[in-house]
Amino acid sequence: MEFSVNHPILFVLSGILIFVVLVQSVYFLVKALRRARELGMEKTKLKKLILSAAAFTVAPAVAIVISVITLSKDLGVALPWLRLSVIGSLSYETMAATNAVGAMDMTFGSSSLNASQFVTVVIVMTVGIMVGIWLVPLIGKRLQNGMISMEKRDKKWSEIFTNAMFIGMISAFVGYVVCDVSLSFKGDFTGLIPVAVAFTSVVVMLLCGLAVKKLKWRWLSEYALPISLVLGMAAAIPITAWLS
Amino acid sequence: MKKQLSYIDSVHRDGRIWSLSIMGLMLLYPLAVALIFGAVPDGKGLLVGLGATAPMYWAVGIVETFTFVPMLGAGGSYISFITGNISNLKLPCALSAMDQMGVKANSEEGEVISTIAIAVSSIVTTLIIVLGVILIVPLTPVLNAPVLAPAFANLLPALFGGLGVVFISRNWKLALVPLLLMTVLFIFVPALGSGEVGIMAPVCVVLTVALARFMYKKNML
Repeated sequence: MEFSVNHPILFVLSGILIFVVLVQSVYFLVKALRRARELGMEKTKLKKLILSAAAFTVAPAVAIVISVITLSKDLGVALPWLRLSVIGSLSYETMAATNAVGAMDMTFGSSSLNASQFVTVVIVMTVGIMVGIWLVPLIGKRLQNGMISMEKRDKKWSEIFTNAMFIGMISAFVGYVVCDVSLSFKGDFTGLIPVAVAFTSVVVMLLCGLAVKKLKWRWLSEYALPISLVLGMAAAIPITAWLS
Repeated sequence: MKKQLSYIDSVHRDGRIWSLSIMGLMLLYPLAVALIFGAVPDGKGLLVGLGATAPMYWAVGIVETFTFVPMLGAGGSYISFITGNISNLKLPCALSAMDQMGVKANSEEGEVISTIAIAVSSIVTTLIIVLGVILIVPLTPVLNAPVLAPAFANLLPALFGGLGVVFISRNWKLALVPLLLMTVLFIFVPALGSGEVGIMAPVCVVLTVALARFMYKKNML
């Protein structure tokens, strides 16, 4: 059979794997929803939660589609579709593919892959990041039991511990926002774009909070994060034009 | 008589089965392609390619497992470590959902809410990507339009701006030092760029937890 990076069989194989992953998410969703009802959580609140989680996901998911399009130029559509639906990210897949192709004395993006090169790239991409998928089953329960016993020993510390983890995570992403600020010392203000976008998102979030409190727009609280995300992204367009 | 499993134990049992089965399927994918097209992987490409890729990502993966699992909960972890995009999508989605429902991350309610949010997010992401793949020809010029490029390039600042203000305002005493530290490091250390955030996130989590312990012991929180 003659190989092509867009061969229909590759779509079938990717589709099967993605379908199984989708079924896993549906399985855990149904299981958690049943448990939520047993715990006495209201159906209407759960519905709102599902809607706001879905709304929040749309913009990042569209960004992933853009990554699929970017990678499809060199790897076809089927493989990026699979890799970005299961584990991967644009930066990792590009790096793994570049490393694999480079090791075969080729340059990523300069020539089309044959079947042997394609299989090599797929193995490097798959195995190169395959850690959490076996490590979570191995130590996930022990980690969680550790959290539970910490909660039993000292409830206040357990709460602070979780908050500290969240804060640490968010602080690291503040680094992402400011990492190019130093460019402005040399007269290039493009490094301020992410700062201005983050600031816009903060202001939108605060305005949403104000509207919930003062105007009693309770419905807004469920959509405040997706709204601040989309408006922040939209603001990036004029901000970029202004600072570039 | 067979012992009745608790909800959380059954999540771990099912999660293990799902994770290991999907891992097997992922490894079968290149094998199937090789068999169908009669292709043999390039030995040098495999060795050198994996040697250049795996050490760093396996190290990051191990640290991520230790830092993300307590935040995501059991069900959320089993889904997230398969569907990916944890720090830029699944974790913010779970945090926002737990905040919205007023539940604590390390309670059973938090576990359930985190799982629901992450499962919904994974399903929606998968479906949008499927739609994107089906409509790739008409969508490519629209999504690649230069006018939209700044919006997607700034997804993370827009996401963490809104999410950050909620959590930082509630824990400002604890947030002050890590925020200042990361700001100074990322502005003044040239080696730290946007690509290093994935590595710095677990480091910052560990530092913040250590700081929190110190402040807690000194009755500052």
